[in-house]
Amino acid sequence: MRFSTFFYTIKQGLKSIWRNKMFSLASIATMTACIFLFGLFFIIVVNFQSMVKEAESGVAVTVLFDEGITEEKIEEIGGLIRARVEVSRIEYTSPEEAWESFKDVYFNGNEAVAESFANDNPLANSASYSIYMNDISMQKTLVTYLNSIEGIRQVNQSETVANTLSDFNTLIGYISAGIILILLGVAIFLISNTIMVGISVRKEEIAIMKLIGATDYIVRAPFVVEGVVIGLIGAAIPLGILYVLYGEIVVYIGENFSFIGSMMQFLTVEQVFETLLPIGMILGVGIGYLGSHITTRKHLRV
Amino acid sequence: MISLEHVSKSYAAGIPALNDVNIEIEDGEFVFIVGDSGSGKSTLIKLLLKELDPTEGNISVNGHLLNKMKRRHVPKFRRNIGVVFQDFRLLEDRNVYENVAFAQRVIGESTRAIKKNAPAMLSMVGLAAKYRSFPKQLSGGEQQRVAIARALINEPHILLADEPTGNLDNNNAWETMKLLEEINAKGTTVIVVTHNMEIVKAMNKRVITISKGVVVSDEKGGAGDEV
Repeated sequence: MRFSTFFYTIKQGLKSIWRNKMFSLASIATMTACIFLFGLFFIIVVNFQSMVKEAESGVAVTVLFDEGITEEKIEEIGGLIRARVEVSRIEYTSPEEAWESFKDVYFNGNEAVAESFANDNPLANSASYSIYMNDISMQKTLVTYLNSIEGIRQVNQSETVANTLSDFNTLIGYISAGIILILLGVAIFLISNTIMVGISVRKEEIAIMKLIGATDYIVRAPFVVEGVVIGLIGAAIPLGILYVLYGEIVVYIGENFSFIGSMMQFLTVEQVFETLLPIGMILGVGIGYLGSHITTRKHLRV
Repeated sequence: MISLEHVSKSYAAGIPALNDVNIEIEDGEFVFIVGDSGSGKSTLIKLLLKELDPTEGNISVNGHLLNKMKRRHVPKFRRNIGVVFQDFRLLEDRNVYENVAFAQRVIGESTRAIKKNAPAMLSMVGLAAKYRSFPKQLSGGEQQRVAIARALINEPHILLADEPTGNLDNNNAWETMKLLEEINAKGTTVIVVTHNMEIVKAMNKRVITISKGVVVSDEKGGAGDEV
């Protein structure tokens, strides 16, 4: 294809947007609303997921070892656990550390009693690993594995917390997928309508083009350009608004509602837009392309 | 060469628009097709442009058997046929130059070629001076000449003119017919569908008369049957 033909189709697409100003504006406005809602939902979901992740990272599985186990064996077991993909980090607590920690809590004010155990650590067999995970939904698999390792006496886990967090994550995933699908459908329908209006306005021109011998590409491409440009503008506007708004809101909450800030850790605007920007733009362009492509294929056969 | 062999075309209603039509038109011929409204003339033009497919029979144009032509080959085939209409069908929002250039633009011709060909074509139809005018600023005859320039710029082998003088006064009608005759003299096959029997008689060309979907006469240098 020649450059001149390529630029001609782009020019015709842009002209068509201008020619059907009102419909194009309506489409851009609806697309803006859809992507804005999507972006808003996305921001809520990623922040929520980040908070859940934060909560997940605090949930640990603890393993205790057989009596009389050697330090070498404990290290070997540590190596096996670290090698698991679902494990993010592990922390070793020696019997001495366990005793120190226990003593502070239970013999507070009775240090003398605690000192009587100085040479006879009651928690001599309480060395443990606290295992933190990447994905809490993998806890069951990990626990099964841990129970199969020789030298491990006991595995402590919080199944309820793990299940609740895991279920919550799945629920958020389903809700976001559902809302995105609905928004996608609405936006494609609206773009398709605008393209239909464009086709009916240019009916005569299209008929002449076909008689002259224009290919399907030349007839359809300007409409696809129209759809893609509407999608692009309709995505850029809400993403810009959300970028400014989100940044402002996070700062405002941090400054004026410090108790919320201490309870929840919001993601930074850069962290959110690192993913939202490409997804939002691809979504806008994709919806524009799909809406116009489907419509032109259906209504513009040479 | 154009050849129609036992061509019939029926629409959903059942009554055939064309019934067992056999026509052969040689390269470089000038042919009038005459007939009443509803006689099947427009259907014939649509069949030649492969806008429609025949219900029965074979149509061959410039060696292409239209019945078997794949959809993707239709655009390239149509570039060999120029079409002119009674109502000119010019793009009102574009000037004379742009209307003519449009025909080359949409088949992917280069800008350089368009800049060379469009002015030459406008000179040929006598509208070089009016290249910036919009269709509404032109007379009917001038508009028809723009339409002819647009139809010819891609150098088609065949020019189909559907009632080209239907919206023109007598003078402009004759001007248009003279132009078509000049185009034919340069080797382009010209097929004119018309009601204007005065022009048909005066031009002394081959006349094919269609009535109720059937070819009732085909005379070389004839005046056709009264319609």
